[in-house]
Order: sequence, then structure tokens, then C-alpha cells
Amino acid sequence: MSLTEIAMRDAWGQGLVDLAGTYANLVVLDGDLANSTKADMFAKAYPDRFFEMGIAEQNMLGVAAGLATTGYVPWISTFAAFLAKRALDQIRVVISQPGLNVKMAGSYTGILTGKTGKTHQAVQDIAVFRAMPHVVTIVPGDAMELRGAMAAMMEDDRPTYLRLTRDPSPLIFGDDYTFEIGKGHLLRAGGDIGIISTGVQTVRALAAADLLATSGVRASVLHLSTIKPLDTDAIIDLADRTDAIVTAEDHSIIGGLGGAVAEVLGEHRPTRMHRIGIRDTYGESGPNDALLEKYGLTDHHIAEAAESLLAMHSLEGR
Amino acid sequence: MKSITRPTHETKTIPELNALSRQTRRLILQSVHTAGAGHIGGPLSVTDILVSLYFNELHIDPSNPSAEDRDRLILSKGHSSIALYTVLALRGFFPVDELSTFDQIDSRLQGHPDLTKLPGLDMSTGSLGQGLSPGIGMALGARLRGSDFRTWVILGDGELQEGQIWEAAFVASRYRLANLTAIVDANGLPQFGWPHESGHTLDVPIDDPAGKFRAFGWNVIEVDGHDHQALLDSWAAAKNHTDGPTCIVAKTIKGKGVSFMEGDYLWHAQVPTPDDIANAGLELVDPEEVK
Repeated sequence: MSLTEIAMRDAWGQGLVDLAGTYANLVVLDGDLANSTKADMFAKAYPDRFFEMGIAEQNMLGVAAGLATTGYVPWISTFAAFLAKRALDQIRVVISQPGLNVKMAGSYTGILTGKTGKTHQAVQDIAVFRAMPHVVTIVPGDAMELRGAMAAMMEDDRPTYLRLTRDPSPLIFGDDYTFEIGKGHLLRAGGDIGIISTGVQTVRALAAADLLATSGVRASVLHLSTIKPLDTDAIIDLADRTDAIVTAEDHSIIGGLGGAVAEVLGEHRPTRMHRIGIRDTYGESGPNDALLEKYGLTDHHIAEAAESLLAMHSLEGR
Repeated sequence: MKSITRPTHETKTIPELNALSRQTRRLILQSVHTAGAGHIGGPLSVTDILVSLYFNELHIDPSNPSAEDRDRLILSKGHSSIALYTVLALRGFFPVDELSTFDQIDSRLQGHPDLTKLPGLDMSTGSLGQGLSPGIGMALGARLRGSDFRTWVILGDGELQEGQIWEAAFVASRYRLANLTAIVDANGLPQFGWPHESGHTLDVPIDDPAGKFRAFGWNVIEVDGHDHQALLDSWAAAKNHTDGPTCIVAKTIKGKGVSFMEGDYLWHAQVPTPDDIANAGLELVDPEEVK
């Protein structure tokens, strides 16, 4: 893992500018948050292709649908909390149902949102979008993967939700990384416990694998950045090669990565598992470290869950 | 990127438009009767507006329904879909016989317009208050493309209660979208309405769509929504206004054309019996045809 930390929102703003040179049909719609989401970088570079929609998310998503029917690829700039809730009926009727090609970037996801508290934290957005037919759901793990995801999204004509985070986070992937929609990445291979993670929680999943290694536990880490379509083969394969599964996400344990993995395992490979995530509650304001600790999202929490599962497994015997 | 595929529009006389309106209303009643479901009052109030646009104004081509530089029309009050389907069929987008499939399983004619099923539809609608926003997107798209195509959005006056309409009104005005026209089918009767007869008459909200759109910076035209000459004049006036979007408030009558349905909110979505159709049919013939 690199020591370099890059904020996904900065990479997103720059990514829009870079892609706009290649794709003349890329436009951006903003809900009066461009200086937070960093869409302002695009607004400065391409003012004629940037549309300020004001504090009115429902209209913004409808405008995007209309633009999509005239050959443009609109990218939405707002906070995920507002995108996935305030404009949900618009997303349902004019984007998901007709399958119109709108790229919905939700910024400030999870609970690490700069002390804004529960109104601005998005902890159900993955659950919402993965329940919407036709909508691809991508949760990048770092700025490098985000860049790859954005390029792939421009080559794909499906409506897509892209989950972004606010604060700098360590790079997981190198320059040679190739993103493919729907493909998981096995970052560590160990036969005792399988950790499946998404988004920036993969950083903590890798740290948890390091912690486990110090006590002799060999952990796999499977990073799933596409939640829909889900890489079910990778999940089943991991269940076959390990004794139990821990999922890790900065999102509710209901309906997100943990829910999706449980659905796959329940149907194909019933497996003992534990979900690390927000446990059916809302967050609050606070420093990132304190939030991760209070809501049980640290590398230690992931490692402890793994140890507990393995202890139960050995009690049962093989 | 100048327009090279912009279709042309048809031109009809006023008597021809009146005859098409009567024919459309007869087919609406028949289709809702056949389906055993659907709306009546709203489709009859919006009929003349749709006939006028499709037969005299819109640059469209039934043989190439997705021509890039065609005019766009969004029926935001999607529950009046049968009126739109009937006019599209008469205009040649699909066979008139297909109207009998309305609301049936596997039909292209869904209860509310579905963009993915029927050629000629420019947007899926049905959840009220949503249609104006995609219209703004299309108008912005036309501007970006350097195309002359215009976007027309038909709103019900009832759905003006939705907040999204005013989010959209705000933005359309801010971007001075002169290539966008909203038409309010102001029939004055929502599905259930405000309970004036319960003694709460003071609770009826202010009903002034023209004043509201003016306050949002729109050019506003008020017109009789059943007078074909007045409607044609209003389309021309909207196109002549080049400094921003125009809203045409068309005063209409719910159930228009059938005396026993006019102004009766119970005909919002009541299915006509064969007797109703026979009685209505007597009123929907050309006076010349009777002789």
C-alpha cells in the first residue's frame, strides 16, 4: 500500500476535466455543491458544459434524464445523502425505469463526512441503488480505481451510481491497475478467513489482514468495487477456499455489501459470516477516528470479527 | 452541428382539426371502455391541445420517430396517456387498431407512457410533477447541439402542486430557455380535490398558474384550450418570444365534448358503459355528418 493519500473528490473533479477532452458529450449538473464535490474544477475548465441546477435535486435528476435523451452523458454532482433520498422518485421514473444513461456521483458517503453529522452522512445509498433495476453501482476503493471506473463508465451506456468519499485515503492500487465493471479483485490470498470489502473500507480490511497475520491467521481480502452487477463467482470461490466470511463497508449492514454477499452465500454456499458496517442506526458529528471506533468500523473490529468466526468454526470442528 | 434531420410539420385547417378532435375523443371513450380501465376526464380536456400540436405544429416524422432534431413532447400528466396514444395513432406512429391493446398485458400502450416500449414517446411519465425537468434537459441539449428543435411539455394544473414543478420553473427561467414551452391543461379538477363542501372553503389553495409562472420569470399566455384557432395563435406567440420560456395556460373543461362528463370529477377515471359511449357518440359527430 502506498503512503500517498488522495481524496476521491479531488480525483473525481480532475477526472471529469480529463474525460471531457475525450468525450465532447460529457456534461455536469451541480446541486450547488460544486466546491465541496470538486465539480468546480470542471466548471472552470468547461463552463459551457457545466449547468448549475441550484438547491433542487429532484429537478436536477429530471434535467439529466432529458439531456441523456439528446445524446449527452450528464454527471451529477451532489451529496449522496440527497441524491439517494431526495431525488429517488425521479431516479426511479426517468432514469432507472427507462434505463437512461445518467452518471450519478454521490459524494460525502459513509460516516466520514467532515463532521456534518447524520443528515449529510449516506449509509443506505448502496442499498437504495442496488435495488434499482438497470442501475450499475460502483464503490471505488481509492483515487486510482475511481479514475479507472470513470473511464469505464464513459464507455458504458447504463445509468450508474458512483460512490465517492470526502477525505484523503491511501492508494490501494498502482498505475497498472485496470478497472472492469463487475469484476472483484483478490488483494490477499489466505485460506483461513475471507474478508470481503468495498470502498475505502478495503484499506482497513487490508490492515485487518496484517493484524490477523501477526497472530498466525491467514486472511484473504476480496475487494468488490462493483456492487451491481456483483461478482458472484468471486464470492463463491472465496467461500470455498476459506472457513468463514467477514464483510466490511462504511454503510448500513442492511442491503449493502454485507446484505448482497449474504444473499449470494445463502443461495449458493451457506457460510458462517459476520457483517462489519453501520448496525441499523444513523451516525453523528465527530472526528473520523472517533466515528470509526464508535460505530465499529476499524481494522481491529474487522480482525476481531474474523477471530470470533474462526473460534466458532474450530469449536464445531470440520 | 446544424440541423440536417429536422422533420417538417403538418398543416391542417380549423375544420380539419375540429374533426380530428372529435375522432380522438370517440376513440378515447372506446379504448377506455375496451380496456375496462383508464382515465376519461383528463384525456378529454387535453385532446384539442394534443391534436393541435401533432397535426399542425410539431416537426416530427412517424416513419423516423427518433430523428435527432425532431421536436419533443412530454405529457407530464401521464395519466392522460390514452389521449396521447390516440393522437400518435391517428398521426401514423402505429396502427389505430392497436389502441384496443391499451392497458393489456404485453401492450406497448401502458397505463402511463413508457419510453422504452412505444416509438414516438419522448419521455416516460406517470409520477406527477416530473415532466418539466426532462423538458429542460432536452432544451439544454438542443442549445448544446445548436439544433432548432423545440420542446413542449404538457402539465396538468393539479400537478402544479408538486414542488419539483417550481424547481424546474426556476431553472428554466434562469437559463432563458426560449426553446421550451410548457402548456398547462387547466381543467380545474384534480382526482379528489379540496373539500370545499365540508365547510373548509378557506383551505382551497390559491389557483393562479399564470401569476405563478409570471413570478418565476416566464412569458405567460392564457388561452381557451378548446379553441383551435386560439391554440394555433398561442403556439406562434410562444415561438416568437425569444427571451425565455413560455407557459401557455390553456383553460379547459374536464370531460370536454361529452355534456354529461364535463366538469364532473367522478369522470376522472370512470369506465364508460356501452350506453355512455352511445350517448357520447351522438355528441361527438360532425354537425355536417348528421345531415
